[in-house]
This record gives sequence, C-alpha cells and structure tokens, in this order.
Amino acid sequence: MSLTTEQVEAIANLARLELSAEEKELMSQQLSDILDYVIRLQALDTGGIPPTSSVLPPRSVLRPDEARPGLERETLLRNASETEAGQFRVPAVLE
Amino acid sequence: MPDLTELSLSQAAQGLRSVQFSSRELTQAYLERIQRLDPQLHAFLTLTPELALVQAGLADEIFAAWRKNGGASPSPLLGIPLAVKDILCVADVRCTCGSRILENFVPPYDATSVARLRQAGMVILGKTNTDEFAMGSSTENSAYGITRNPWDRERVPGGSSGGSATAVAARLAPLALGTDTGGSVRQPASLCGVTGLKPTYGRVSRYGLVAFGSSLDCVGVLGRSAADVTPVFACMAGADPLDATSLDLPAPHFEPGTAKDHPLLGLKIGVPAEYFIPGIQTEVESAVRRAIEVLRELGAEILPVSLPHTQYALPVYYLIAPAEASANLARYDGIRYGPRQPSNTMWEVFRHTRGDLFGPEVKRRIMLGTYALSAGYYDAYYGQAQKVRTLIKQDFEQVFNQVDLVATPASPNTAFRIGQHVNDPLSMYLEDIFTLPANLAGIPGISFPAGFDSAGLPIGMQLMAASFREDRLIQAAHAYQQVTDWHMRRPQL
Repeated sequence: MSLTTEQVEAIANLARLELSAEEKELMSQQLSDILDYVIRLQALDTGGIPPTSSVLPPRSVLRPDEARPGLERETLLRNASETEAGQFRVPAVLE
Repeated sequence: MPDLTELSLSQAAQGLRSVQFSSRELTQAYLERIQRLDPQLHAFLTLTPELALVQAGLADEIFAAWRKNGGASPSPLLGIPLAVKDILCVADVRCTCGSRILENFVPPYDATSVARLRQAGMVILGKTNTDEFAMGSSTENSAYGITRNPWDRERVPGGSSGGSATAVAARLAPLALGTDTGGSVRQPASLCGVTGLKPTYGRVSRYGLVAFGSSLDCVGVLGRSAADVTPVFACMAGADPLDATSLDLPAPHFEPGTAKDHPLLGLKIGVPAEYFIPGIQTEVESAVRRAIEVLRELGAEILPVSLPHTQYALPVYYLIAPAEASANLARYDGIRYGPRQPSNTMWEVFRHTRGDLFGPEVKRRIMLGTYALSAGYYDAYYGQAQKVRTLIKQDFEQVFNQVDLVATPASPNTAFRIGQHVNDPLSMYLEDIFTLPANLAGIPGISFPAGFDSAGLPIGMQLMAASFREDRLIQAAHAYQQVTDWHMRRPQL
C-alpha cells in the first residue's frame, strides 16, 4: 500500500491542510508505512460482526427542549481573532 | 514542620484538619518546589499561583468555620493542591492543548471534572504539558517544549499526560488530572513511577475535555498511590447533563482498608499470554511476573487467560482514533478561537491556519483519519476497524466471565530516550500497545510501579477490570502497595 504525493494532496485538500512540498513527500512515505501496518485487519473475517461505534449501550439521552441560560455573546467572542459588531469577522465567502 | 510535599493525601488531609499546617502553607510548599525544580523538568505550561492561593485561603476559612461550628466533615480533598493537564478547561486560565493553534485560548468555563474537584475544595496549581491534542506517547509532540523524566532527564516521561506524570513523580503536585484516549494516563504513570487510573468510558464527564477521539477519551487521575487517586476519581465520577455519554451511576465510594493477611482472597486474576510477547524488555516482564506472584501471596487466584485479538488493537486504534480526531479537529479554522493566518478567502484562511499551526503528528493523524473516512476507503479501513473493535470488546467480555482482573505490563519498555522515536511514528505507536485495548473496549485500567530496571527506571504494571469495576482495580493495587514500597521511591532531584 503506498500513497502518491498526488493522493496526499487530495487528502490534504479534503482536510483543509496546507502542506509544503517536503511535508507531502514525508507524509506520503509515513502514511504508506502506517497503512502497510494497519492493512492486516483486512485478513480477518468479520462477516456477521456488528461494528462498534460506541461502547455504551444505546439509550435515549433526550431532554425537554427548554430555553436555559448560556454564555454571553461577549464571552463567546473573546477568543476570536477578528470580530465586528458582536459577530465573528471572516473574509468574503462569495466572490 | 515536615516537608509538606512528601505527605500522602490522607496525611495532608489529616494535617489540615488538625491545624498542623494550613492549605496556604501546603500550597506554598508546592509552588516553591515548582519554582525550584520545574525549570529543569518543564512539567507545567501555565502556573496559577494567584488562583491557587485564593482557593487555599478559602479552604482554610472553611476548615476554620468547621472547627468552630462543627457540622459535616470536610471533603478529604479540601485544600489539597492539584495539577491539571492542559487539555481540560479551567475557567479563565489559558488552555493550549500543547498546540500553537490554541496558543491564546482562554476557556470561559470549567470542565465538569475540574468543577467538581474545585467544588470539593481542591487548589489548582497550574496546567501541565501534553503532546499536542494528546496525540503522542512521549510529550515530545507539545508545541511548547519537551517535559523531562525526573528519573533521568535525558528520557521522556511518556505521554500524552507527561507533564502530569512528571509533576507527581517530582513532588511538584500531590495529584494531577490526565486524559487517556489510548493509554495517556497509564503509560506516563508507568514511565514516571506513579499510579494512574483510567476510569470506565462514561464514568467521568468529558465536558470541557478538548475532544480528540470521542468514543475513547476518558478523564483520569495520577497520584502517588491507589489510595491517593481514589477520592479524586470518586469526586469526578457521575452523570453530567452536559455530556450525553456520561452515565447515571452513583459515584463509587471506596474505603481502602488497612492490611489484612490475605486481602485478595476470592479474587481471580487472569494473565493473558498475548501481553507477554517477544520484544518486550526482559526486566519489565520479570518485574511484572514477580508482581503477579505478590498478588497471589495476597490471596488472589492466578489463571492463564487469552485475549486472542490483542494484536489487532494497534491497527484498530490507529484507524478509529485518527478518524475521530479528523472530525473533532475540523473546528480549528482560525475563526472562533486561536490565531488566524491572514488570507483573502475563507478557504485559504482554513488551509493556512491549519497548515501553519498544527504540528506534524496532528497533521499526520488528520490525514490518516480523513483518508480512512473518505469515499471508497471507508468500508475497508474505518468500517473494518469498527468490526474488529467489536471482537476486541468481546474478548474482554469473555475473559471477565472467568476472572475479576487482568494483569499485564503497562508498557513494553521503561522510559525511552528523548528523540528515540521521533522519525518513526509507527515505532512510537508501539509504545502504547498494552494500553490501547482498554480504550477500545471502554473498560477501566490502572497502572502502578512494580519495580525498577537496571538503569534505575520505573517499571509499571497494569490491571484491567470489567466496566464499572474500578473498585476491584483499586482494591488490588492498594493491597499490592501495602506490602511493597516501589510507589514510595522518589527520584533524586
């Protein structure tokens, strides 16, 4: 199993990660090594075995949909690098 | 006055009640020791001396009022100092998660685990170093420098809760919170010669624990003995409306008894062959086998057991944990918190902020997780890993029908040298090979000192139990610590 630098680029694009040329090179080699190791799982017959996404038994965790106190707007904004008029400021989304 | 930093939790609590010293004096003793020793060790990323002394002063007032007016006995944690891993939120104290992407993040609330301990009167000394977003086994992946092992400063303390393990081992704190997604409490406890408890998944609320692998993450505690970590665990445990995976079970109450002749009579302990494999350090294996003999002498029945899918735990973990991490870490986009790398478009802000500010291991795991979840590969990687996770969980369910506990080494090796695994991620992952299975199965585990190797480095033993049977872990570890003194040894600093 080996990942080309083009595949690495495609994954980085999905993950919104800017990688340098050296990082892509290294990532292609290291991810290939890790995938070579984890591929051994595919030798196991898991027919009829249900997947585990949580170790907890399924149960209802719903609560009444009632308003309750939350954090103040200013508190929520104080960690943002750019704010304006009580909102997060971002670059233009639409061209 | 004795050296206050040498007291066990119960000794310190007794001293506070009987006015031998105040919480301010106890806290000051730790703050002074941190000031003297932490420059060499770098266990802490942020110190909170002002907060600590205010909390200690409040604790002293509560003690004074109790002595004057009587009433309910104060919590055994009242006025006791605590270090907190820098991935658990403490309101209004910077929380970096060891990452530059959160270098200036100040959470507006306490994690539930932290809030409950503060409610009981614990005094927060500061925030401890961690691998970035808890991804690592050596604390070398922190963006804020390495933490050194107090037994040998050229070696790592383990990870990811390496700052907490070093702080406890070096007597910079009597107790410390850690988190354990694949062994991040138990493995550093083992490498630093302290006791580390990873509770059952769902036992302690994850609210305010910055998410890494949501189906695996647990808040745990490190201390000098099973008796010391127990009240902290009991205080944190219990349902929390802010974490839908926390369970509505009564907080466990433990009263570690004093020594009896055969305190473990009736307890069955399984020894799985799959954890004593070629490649593990021979001194680790022999120390753990000797410790198992001690448990037998204490009354336990020792039986061979088998956990046949153990060899698949590492590949399963390194698909599931990165997959969950890639989703959880999508929130770091430079918009709502953290520094922003300026760019003209949103996409470029995301790409550059994340590309510039995440470290290499975090990027590697985001990439691996994104790949494992991507169209065309999901079934082969993530889906198959989830099914094998079921097999690993079933292995434990079957074994815990036969025995009460499983005994294994906590880590295949004692503390390794700084830099030893830096260029080979897979070899670093192998250091967690004995701790990952408990996270995949959701069961509790404890690691505690069981000897030293010829280089003078601590060796850790791990016990695992069925879900919600932390009481058995504590019972056995406590009994062992009543007849051995490995956990009493301390590094020369």
